Amino acid sequence: MFDLPISKLVLGTGFLLILIGLWGMLTHRNILRIIIGFSLIDTGIHAVIVSLGYVAGGTAPIIDRALPIQEASTRAVDPVASALVVTAIVIGLSVTAMMLAYAVRLYDSKKTLSIDALADSKW
Amino acid sequence: MRHAFVVLAITLLGVLFAGIDANVIVRDVATPLGQSLLTLVPRDLGAPNVVTGILLAYRGFDTIGEVAVLFMVAAGVGLVLGESNQRRRKVDATLPPAQPATEIVENGARILLPMIAIFAAYIIMNGHLSAGGGFQGGAVIASGILLLLLALPKVGVDLAFLSATESIAGILFVLAGVAGLVFASGFFDSRILPLGTFGSLFSAGSIPILSLLLGIKVGCELGVIIVRFRG
Repeated sequence: MFDLPISKLVLGTGFLLILIGLWGMLTHRNILRIIIGFSLIDTGIHAVIVSLGYVAGGTAPIIDRALPIQEASTRAVDPVASALVVTAIVIGLSVTAMMLAYAVRLYDSKKTLSIDALADSKW
Repeated sequence: MRHAFVVLAITLLGVLFAGIDANVIVRDVATPLGQSLLTLVPRDLGAPNVVTGILLAYRGFDTIGEVAVLFMVAAGVGLVLGESNQRRRKVDATLPPAQPATEIVENGARILLPMIAIFAAYIIMNGHLSAGGGFQGGAVIASGILLLLLALPKVGVDLAFLSATESIAGILFVLAGVAGLVFASGFFDSRILPLGTFGSLFSAGSIPILSLLLGIKVGCELGVIIVRFRG
Protein backbone atom coordinates (compact mmCIF):
# COMPACT_ATOMS: atom_id res chain seq x y z
CA MET A 1 0.00 0.00 0.00
CA PHE A 2 2.75 2.44 0.88
CA ASP A 3 4.87 1.72 -2.18
CA LEU A 4 2.01 2.94 -4.36
CA PRO A 5 3.61 4.01 -7.66
CA ILE A 6 2.90 7.58 -8.75
CA SER A 7 1.47 6.36 -12.05
CA LYS A 8 -1.33 4.48 -10.27
CA LEU A 9 -2.28 7.68 -8.46
CA VAL A 10 -2.35 9.57 -11.78
CA LEU A 11 -4.30 6.73 -13.40
CA GLY A 12 -6.84 6.73 -10.56
CA THR A 13 -7.19 10.53 -10.75
CA GLY A 14 -7.72 10.31 -14.50
CA PHE A 15 -10.41 7.65 -14.11
CA LEU A 16 -12.08 9.74 -11.37
CA LEU A 17 -12.11 12.78 -13.66
CA ILE A 18 -13.70 10.68 -16.44
CA LEU A 19 -16.42 9.49 -14.02
CA ILE A 20 -17.11 13.02 -12.72
CA GLY A 21 -17.29 14.36 -16.26
CA LEU A 22 -19.62 11.57 -17.39
CA TRP A 23 -21.85 12.14 -14.35
CA GLY A 24 -21.95 15.86 -15.16
CA MET A 25 -22.83 15.23 -18.80
CA LEU A 26 -25.62 12.76 -17.95
CA THR A 27 -27.33 14.63 -15.09
CA HIS A 28 -27.17 18.30 -16.13
CA ARG A 29 -29.46 19.98 -18.66
CA ASN A 30 -27.39 23.14 -19.14
CA ILE A 31 -25.31 23.01 -22.32
CA LEU A 32 -22.37 24.82 -20.72
CA ARG A 33 -22.27 22.27 -17.89
CA ILE A 34 -22.35 19.45 -20.44
CA ILE A 35 -19.36 21.05 -22.20
CA ILE A 36 -17.54 21.32 -18.84
CA GLY A 37 -18.27 17.61 -18.30
CA PHE A 38 -16.79 16.83 -21.70
CA SER A 39 -13.65 18.83 -20.82
CA LEU A 40 -13.30 16.86 -17.57
CA ILE A 41 -13.54 13.54 -19.48
CA ASP A 42 -10.97 14.87 -21.96
CA THR A 43 -8.51 15.86 -19.21
CA GLY A 44 -9.04 12.53 -17.46
CA ILE A 45 -8.18 10.64 -20.64
CA HIS A 46 -4.97 12.70 -20.98
CA ALA A 47 -3.98 11.76 -17.41
CA VAL A 48 -4.72 8.07 -18.16
CA ILE A 49 -2.56 8.08 -21.34
CA VAL A 50 0.33 9.83 -19.58
CA SER A 51 0.21 7.43 -16.63
CA LEU A 52 0.25 4.40 -18.95
CA GLY A 53 3.54 5.65 -20.43
CA TYR A 54 5.16 5.85 -16.99
CA VAL A 55 8.23 3.77 -16.22
CA ALA A 56 9.01 2.92 -12.57
CA GLY A 57 11.40 5.60 -11.31
CA GLY A 58 11.59 7.11 -14.78
CA THR A 59 12.42 10.75 -15.56
CA ALA A 60 11.42 13.14 -18.36
CA PRO A 61 12.66 12.01 -21.81
CA ILE A 62 15.03 14.97 -22.18
CA ILE A 63 18.72 14.24 -22.56
CA ASP A 64 20.82 16.46 -20.28
CA ARG A 65 23.26 16.19 -17.39
CA ALA A 66 20.67 14.39 -15.26
CA LEU A 67 19.97 11.81 -17.99
CA PRO A 68 23.03 10.76 -20.05
CA ILE A 69 22.31 9.34 -23.48
CA GLN A 70 23.60 5.88 -22.44
CA GLU A 71 20.92 5.58 -19.75
CA ALA A 72 18.11 7.13 -21.82
CA SER A 73 16.50 3.87 -22.92
CA THR A 74 16.31 2.47 -19.37
CA ARG A 75 15.64 5.48 -17.13
CA ALA A 76 13.22 7.68 -19.13
CA VAL A 77 9.44 7.38 -19.40
CA ASP A 78 7.87 6.30 -22.68
CA PRO A 79 8.01 9.32 -25.03
CA VAL A 80 5.33 7.91 -27.36
CA ALA A 81 2.57 8.41 -24.77
CA SER A 82 3.70 12.00 -24.12
CA ALA A 83 3.76 12.80 -27.84
CA LEU A 84 0.26 11.34 -28.30
CA VAL A 85 -1.11 13.42 -25.41
CA VAL A 86 0.12 16.64 -27.07
CA THR A 87 -2.03 15.66 -30.07
CA ALA A 88 -4.98 14.75 -27.84
CA ILE A 89 -4.86 18.09 -25.99
CA VAL A 90 -5.01 20.03 -29.27
CA ILE A 91 -7.92 17.99 -30.61
CA GLY A 92 -9.79 18.24 -27.27
CA LEU A 93 -9.37 22.01 -27.28
CA SER A 94 -10.63 22.19 -30.87
CA VAL A 95 -13.75 20.16 -30.08
CA THR A 96 -14.44 22.29 -26.98
CA ALA A 97 -14.10 25.50 -29.00
CA MET A 98 -16.56 24.23 -31.62
CA MET A 99 -19.06 23.13 -28.94
CA LEU A 100 -18.87 26.56 -27.25
CA ALA A 101 -19.42 28.28 -30.60
CA TYR A 102 -22.56 26.19 -31.18
CA ALA A 103 -23.70 26.94 -27.61
CA VAL A 104 -23.42 30.69 -28.31
CA ARG A 105 -25.38 30.21 -31.52
CA LEU A 106 -28.09 28.13 -29.80
CA TYR A 107 -28.44 30.74 -27.06
CA ASP A 108 -28.93 33.40 -29.74
CA SER A 109 -31.77 31.50 -31.37
CA LYS A 110 -33.50 29.93 -28.32
CA LYS A 111 -32.56 32.44 -25.55
CA THR A 112 -31.87 29.53 -23.18
CA LEU A 113 -28.99 27.11 -22.58
CA SER A 114 -31.14 24.15 -21.49
CA ILE A 115 -31.06 21.19 -23.86
CA ASP A 116 -34.75 20.63 -23.08
CA ALA A 117 -35.42 23.64 -25.30
CA LEU A 118 -33.95 21.67 -28.21
CA ALA A 119 -36.37 18.73 -27.90
CA ASP A 120 -37.91 19.55 -31.29
CA SER A 121 -34.64 18.73 -33.05
CA LYS A 122 -34.66 15.16 -31.69
CA TRP A 123 -35.91 12.44 -34.01
CA MET B 1 -35.76 6.81 -12.50
CA ARG B 2 -33.40 8.34 -15.02
CA HIS B 3 -30.98 9.25 -12.23
CA ALA B 4 -31.00 5.64 -10.99
CA PHE B 5 -29.69 4.51 -14.40
CA VAL B 6 -27.01 7.22 -14.33
CA VAL B 7 -25.88 6.14 -10.83
CA LEU B 8 -25.83 2.49 -11.93
CA ALA B 9 -23.82 3.24 -15.07
CA ILE B 10 -21.31 5.43 -13.21
CA THR B 11 -20.91 2.81 -10.46
CA LEU B 12 -20.32 -0.03 -12.94
CA LEU B 13 -17.81 2.06 -14.86
CA GLY B 14 -16.15 3.02 -11.56
CA VAL B 15 -15.80 -0.65 -10.58
CA LEU B 16 -14.30 -1.40 -14.00
CA PHE B 17 -11.85 1.51 -13.71
CA ALA B 18 -10.89 0.52 -10.13
CA GLY B 19 -10.15 -3.00 -11.40
CA ILE B 20 -7.96 -1.64 -14.18
CA ASP B 21 -6.16 0.70 -11.78
CA ALA B 22 -5.47 -2.11 -9.29
CA ASN B 23 -4.20 -4.56 -11.91
CA VAL B 24 -2.22 -2.34 -14.26
CA ILE B 25 1.47 -3.23 -14.22
CA VAL B 26 3.95 -0.37 -13.92
CA ARG B 27 6.71 -0.96 -16.45
CA ASP B 28 10.37 -1.15 -15.48
CA VAL B 29 11.52 0.03 -18.91
CA ALA B 30 9.75 1.73 -21.80
CA THR B 31 8.17 -0.28 -24.63
CA PRO B 32 10.58 -1.41 -27.39
CA LEU B 33 9.29 1.38 -29.63
CA GLY B 34 9.82 3.95 -26.88
CA GLN B 35 13.30 2.62 -26.13
CA SER B 36 14.42 2.83 -29.74
CA LEU B 37 12.99 6.35 -30.06
CA LEU B 38 14.78 7.38 -26.85
CA THR B 39 18.13 6.50 -28.41
CA LEU B 40 17.32 7.37 -32.06
CA VAL B 41 16.08 10.96 -31.51
CA PRO B 42 19.20 12.24 -29.67
CA ARG B 43 21.63 10.29 -31.88
CA ASP B 44 20.15 10.71 -35.37
CA LEU B 45 18.23 13.99 -35.03
CA GLY B 46 20.43 15.66 -32.39
CA ALA B 47 17.43 16.80 -30.35
CA PRO B 48 17.74 16.37 -26.55
CA ASN B 49 13.94 16.61 -26.08
CA VAL B 50 12.70 13.27 -27.41
CA VAL B 51 9.01 14.28 -27.44
CA THR B 52 9.64 17.30 -29.69
CA GLY B 53 11.80 15.14 -31.95
CA ILE B 54 8.97 12.64 -32.35
CA LEU B 55 6.34 15.34 -32.93
CA LEU B 56 8.28 17.38 -35.48
CA ALA B 57 10.32 14.76 -37.31
CA TYR B 58 9.00 11.20 -37.02
CA ARG B 59 5.37 12.27 -36.65
CA GLY B 60 5.62 15.51 -38.62
CA PHE B 61 2.88 14.32 -40.96
CA ASP B 62 0.54 13.90 -37.96
CA THR B 63 1.47 17.37 -36.74
CA ILE B 64 0.33 18.77 -40.11
CA GLY B 65 -2.98 17.02 -39.52
CA GLU B 66 -3.29 18.57 -36.06
CA VAL B 67 -2.54 22.03 -37.43
CA ALA B 68 -5.13 21.40 -40.14
CA VAL B 69 -7.69 20.55 -37.44
CA LEU B 70 -6.87 23.80 -35.63
CA PHE B 71 -7.24 25.72 -38.89
CA MET B 72 -10.61 24.10 -39.58
CA VAL B 73 -11.78 24.97 -36.04
CA ALA B 74 -10.70 28.60 -36.46
CA ALA B 75 -12.61 28.71 -39.75
CA GLY B 76 -15.58 26.82 -38.29
CA VAL B 77 -15.88 29.10 -35.23
CA GLY B 78 -15.82 32.09 -37.58
CA LEU B 79 -18.51 30.49 -39.72
CA VAL B 80 -20.76 29.64 -36.76
CA LEU B 81 -20.26 32.87 -34.79
CA GLY B 82 -19.77 35.42 -37.57
CA GLU B 83 -23.43 36.05 -38.38
CA SER B 84 -24.70 35.80 -34.81
CA ASN B 85 -22.06 38.30 -33.63
CA GLN B 86 -23.35 40.89 -36.08
CA ARG B 87 -26.87 40.38 -34.76
CA ARG B 88 -25.73 40.59 -31.15
CA ARG B 89 -23.87 43.82 -31.78
CA LYS B 90 -27.12 45.38 -33.01
CA VAL B 91 -28.87 44.29 -29.80
CA ASP B 92 -25.98 45.51 -27.67
CA ALA B 93 -26.31 49.03 -29.08
CA THR B 94 -29.27 49.59 -26.74
CA LEU B 95 -27.31 48.44 -23.67
CA PRO B 96 -25.16 50.87 -21.63
CA PRO B 97 -21.47 50.81 -22.62
CA ALA B 98 -19.24 48.38 -20.75
CA GLN B 99 -17.17 49.62 -17.80
CA PRO B 100 -13.53 50.18 -18.73
CA ALA B 101 -10.88 48.14 -16.88
CA THR B 102 -9.34 49.77 -13.81
CA GLU B 103 -5.90 51.35 -13.88
CA ILE B 104 -4.40 48.43 -11.94
CA VAL B 105 -5.60 45.89 -14.50
CA GLU B 106 -4.46 48.03 -17.43
CA ASN B 107 -0.98 48.74 -16.04
CA GLY B 108 -0.60 45.13 -14.90
CA ALA B 109 -1.41 43.94 -18.39
CA ARG B 110 1.09 46.41 -19.90
CA ILE B 111 3.83 45.02 -17.64
CA LEU B 112 2.86 41.36 -18.08
CA LEU B 113 2.32 41.30 -21.85
CA PRO B 114 6.00 41.73 -22.85
CA MET B 115 6.96 39.07 -20.29
CA ILE B 116 4.38 36.68 -21.72
CA ALA B 117 5.75 37.33 -25.20
CA ILE B 118 9.34 36.67 -24.07
CA PHE B 119 8.27 33.52 -22.21
CA ALA B 120 6.45 32.24 -25.31
CA ALA B 121 9.52 32.90 -27.47
CA TYR B 122 11.71 31.09 -24.93
CA ILE B 123 9.41 28.04 -24.84
CA ILE B 124 9.20 27.85 -28.63
CA MET B 125 12.94 28.29 -29.30
CA ASN B 126 13.98 25.82 -26.58
CA GLY B 127 11.46 23.21 -27.70
CA HIS B 128 14.21 20.85 -28.88
CA LEU B 129 16.39 21.43 -25.78
CA SER B 130 14.03 21.39 -22.81
CA ALA B 131 10.37 20.88 -22.02
CA GLY B 132 8.29 22.92 -24.45
CA GLY B 133 7.74 23.32 -28.15
CA GLY B 134 5.55 24.93 -30.76
CA PHE B 135 2.17 23.91 -29.40
CA GLN B 136 2.96 24.93 -25.84
CA GLY B 137 4.51 28.27 -26.83
CA GLY B 138 1.61 28.97 -29.17
CA ALA B 139 -0.81 28.43 -26.29
CA VAL B 140 1.20 30.96 -24.23
CA ILE B 141 0.93 33.49 -27.10
CA ALA B 142 -2.84 32.92 -27.15
CA SER B 143 -3.02 33.51 -23.39
CA GLY B 144 -1.29 36.86 -24.00
CA ILE B 145 -3.88 37.74 -26.66
CA LEU B 146 -6.64 36.80 -24.20
CA LEU B 147 -5.12 39.09 -21.53
CA LEU B 148 -4.91 41.89 -24.10
CA LEU B 149 -8.59 41.49 -25.01
CA LEU B 150 -9.70 41.41 -21.37
CA ALA B 151 -7.55 44.22 -19.97
CA LEU B 152 -7.21 46.59 -22.94
CA PRO B 153 -10.38 46.03 -25.01
CA LYS B 154 -9.85 49.30 -26.92
CA VAL B 155 -6.68 47.92 -28.52
CA GLY B 156 -7.99 46.25 -31.64
CA VAL B 157 -6.63 42.86 -32.64
CA ASP B 158 -6.23 42.64 -36.39
CA LEU B 159 -7.93 39.39 -37.44
CA ALA B 160 -6.72 39.69 -41.04
CA PHE B 161 -3.11 40.05 -39.85
CA LEU B 162 -3.40 36.99 -37.57
CA SER B 163 -4.99 34.94 -40.38
CA ALA B 164 -2.33 35.98 -42.92
CA THR B 165 0.50 35.23 -40.46
CA GLU B 166 -0.78 31.78 -39.66
CA SER B 167 -1.33 31.01 -43.36
CA ILE B 168 2.25 32.02 -44.23
CA ALA B 169 3.62 30.01 -41.28
CA GLY B 170 1.55 27.01 -42.42
CA ILE B 171 2.82 27.24 -46.00
CA LEU B 172 6.44 27.48 -44.80
CA PHE B 173 5.84 24.52 -42.45
CA VAL B 174 4.65 22.33 -45.35
CA LEU B 175 7.54 23.57 -47.53
CA ALA B 176 10.01 22.59 -44.79
CA GLY B 177 8.44 19.13 -44.84
CA VAL B 178 8.75 18.90 -48.62
CA ALA B 179 12.38 20.06 -48.35
CA GLY B 180 12.99 16.99 -46.19
CA LEU B 181 11.60 14.90 -49.04
CA VAL B 182 13.93 16.54 -51.58
CA PHE B 183 17.18 17.11 -49.66
CA ALA B 184 17.01 14.34 -47.04
CA SER B 185 15.45 10.91 -46.81
CA GLY B 186 11.76 11.64 -46.19
CA PHE B 187 8.83 13.97 -45.56
CA PHE B 188 9.67 16.17 -42.52
CA ASP B 189 13.17 14.71 -42.24
CA SER B 190 14.87 17.36 -40.08
CA ARG B 191 18.37 16.57 -41.32
CA ILE B 192 18.20 19.10 -44.18
CA LEU B 193 20.34 21.39 -42.00
CA PRO B 194 23.54 20.40 -40.17
CA LEU B 195 22.93 18.87 -36.74
CA GLY B 196 25.36 21.25 -35.02
CA THR B 197 26.61 20.91 -31.46
CA PHE B 198 24.36 18.69 -29.35
CA GLY B 199 22.42 20.83 -26.89
CA SER B 200 23.08 24.27 -28.42
CA LEU B 201 20.30 26.60 -29.61
CA PHE B 202 21.07 26.19 -33.32
CA SER B 203 21.24 22.42 -33.54
CA ALA B 204 19.03 19.42 -34.34
CA GLY B 205 18.69 20.23 -38.04
CA SER B 206 15.46 21.98 -38.99
CA ILE B 207 13.61 21.15 -35.74
CA PRO B 208 14.01 24.69 -34.24
CA ILE B 209 12.66 26.22 -37.47
CA LEU B 210 9.72 23.80 -37.58
CA SER B 211 9.10 24.54 -33.90
CA LEU B 212 9.12 28.30 -34.56
CA LEU B 213 6.68 28.02 -37.48
CA LEU B 214 4.41 25.73 -35.48
CA GLY B 215 4.45 28.15 -32.52
CA ILE B 216 3.53 31.14 -34.72
CA LYS B 217 0.79 29.16 -36.45
CA VAL B 218 -0.77 27.75 -33.28
CA GLY B 219 -0.56 31.10 -31.45
CA CYS B 220 -2.27 32.97 -34.31
CA GLU B 221 -4.93 30.29 -34.75
CA LEU B 222 -5.86 30.18 -31.06
CA GLY B 223 -5.80 33.98 -31.07
CA VAL B 224 -8.27 34.04 -33.99
CA ILE B 225 -10.57 31.64 -32.09
CA ILE B 226 -10.43 33.82 -28.94
CA VAL B 227 -11.09 37.04 -30.88
CA ARG B 228 -14.03 35.43 -32.68
CA PHE B 229 -15.63 34.53 -29.34
CA ARG B 230 -15.42 38.16 -28.22
CA GLY B 231 -17.50 39.10 -31.26
